[in-house]
Amino acid sequence: MTDAPELLPLGPDGLLVRFADQLSEPANRAALAFRADLEGIGKPGIAETASSLASVLVRFRPDVIRRKALEDELRSMLAEQDWLKASLPAGRRLWRVPVAFGDAHGPDLEAAADAAGLAPEAAVEDICAARLRVLALGFSPGQPYLGFLPEHWDIPRQVDVTQEVPRGAVVVAVRLVIPFANAAPTGWRQVGRTALRCNDPGLDPSMPLRPGDEMEFLPVEGRTLDRLLEDTPPHGGAERFEIP
Amino acid sequence: MTTGLVVERVGPAASVQDLGRPGWLKVGLSRGGAADRSAFIEGLALVDLPLGTAGIEMAELGGRFRFEASMRFALTGAMMRATLDGERLDVGASQFAAAGSVLDVGAAESGVYAYLHVAGGIVTPVVSGGRGFHGIGGLGRLLRAGDVVPVAPDPAPDTPLTRLERLTGTGPVRLMPGPQTGLFAPDMLKAFEEAVFVRNPRANRQGVRLDHDGPPFSTRAQLNHASDFIAEGDVQMTGDGTPYVLLADCQTMGGYPRIGTVLPTDLPRVAQVRAGEELRFRFVAVDVAEADWKSDDELLASLKRARIPQSRNPRDVADLLTYDLIGRPPEDVAGD
Repeated sequence: MTDAPELLPLGPDGLLVRFADQLSEPANRAALAFRADLEGIGKPGIAETASSLASVLVRFRPDVIRRKALEDELRSMLAEQDWLKASLPAGRRLWRVPVAFGDAHGPDLEAAADAAGLAPEAAVEDICAARLRVLALGFSPGQPYLGFLPEHWDIPRQVDVTQEVPRGAVVVAVRLVIPFANAAPTGWRQVGRTALRCNDPGLDPSMPLRPGDEMEFLPVEGRTLDRLLEDTPPHGGAERFEIP
Repeated sequence: MTTGLVVERVGPAASVQDLGRPGWLKVGLSRGGAADRSAFIEGLALVDLPLGTAGIEMAELGGRFRFEASMRFALTGAMMRATLDGERLDVGASQFAAAGSVLDVGAAESGVYAYLHVAGGIVTPVVSGGRGFHGIGGLGRLLRAGDVVPVAPDPAPDTPLTRLERLTGTGPVRLMPGPQTGLFAPDMLKAFEEAVFVRNPRANRQGVRLDHDGPPFSTRAQLNHASDFIAEGDVQMTGDGTPYVLLADCQTMGGYPRIGTVLPTDLPRVAQVRAGEELRFRFVAVDVAEADWKSDDELLASLKRARIPQSRNPRDVADLLTYDLIGRPPEDVAGD
């Protein structure tokens, strides 16, 4: 590894292991694999772990293990292998998800396409051609960060936060796509909407997506999506396939 | 056998809360729980409840509650004018309510979040390991007039009543550096420590927005950072450089840079600051923050030790016969 992962404080009881400060596919794999190993060990004093796009959060009990001691232990684990070469988790699935783009379901489509230097139709084609991967679950329960769109989609967040996008809003920024699990404020641009519920208390498991799963969007008419929102078929009409 | 607390009237942002649902960051759920954890734990101490117990959180406005059975209860947190069947009550003390009595809690006179704990604890169903409402987590709901909140019976209604002296910190709110602090230029960090912030009316359990005179707090690449973990207490700068302090129901990840993390000990002061009131911040080193950290168990134990017996004039006691007049020495119950 050229650059050693950074260990950074996040609150008095948190330690962030950051594999890269830019988004990258190897750093995401490293985060998933390192967290899986850490969970496997079950170290005393660790309260919980989670992985994000390119880092692992370790929440610990400062009354059981001091930050310095934990850092030393994590450093020696990190030195054991080249985590950037770790493989993806087993048991991944491909999800094919209907999404309506533009108009009322994607009020920011034109602005987002413009930021990416594309016409709206070409932007939709681009997004639907991408084979996206669940890099992390976060922001709100079960909600995936999907990557990566092509490089011209490295578009910034908006200066003004949109006070609320609805559940199922498909938003884009910085080469990533998120289908929102719940209504929430966001600085990302809403290009479409899906009926997939990333956190559906009526289903078991209630949060169907797992890091490593892949996703493709199937463009549908606004009317079709309205019907899916109304009929609420399982997973918003998405199809699921095992990835061999 | 459960009894009920009848909600006759309640403010629009009141909810059942506990100390949250730790352990779900992996799927994107922040811990949540009481916005002012220390006031919440004070209430637990006053009516001898363990850490897992739920109570009612009121935000800015109080409510009217009718006790279906007799029980001890306590109000803590924001100063809300409260009466029990018309008799004025103290905040920060345990009280006794006879069956059928009505607790009337007014609007906050200082602070924002107040807590009502009943001695049996609130026993609404546990969902995903907790009872609290979590807005962006999509768990639970806000309280409404007409709700009958299930409550377990008071296991020891004769326990002598106690009170706590509220010790709120003063001076600048302390924050520690976090993963993105280094993205802010040194003069930006200095300006942040020198600024006088005023709480904006926009605030909820997810976070509070702060206003200030002076240039916005921006980093070189404000809008293009990789999203990464957020901690409760993070001070996030949105796209236009406006600070938001993130509270209990915060998102678990975000891409706006965070200038630092408010220490858990000081975060209740941020939650309790009212719209228009001022706040200042001061950075402390990571080891200072670590030394300041207290577990909930430790905080509850220290609050139980700090309880002061209430001396009550028997003439003020509405229903003398419900009290154990011989009593036990306060030491029996003041310990933990």
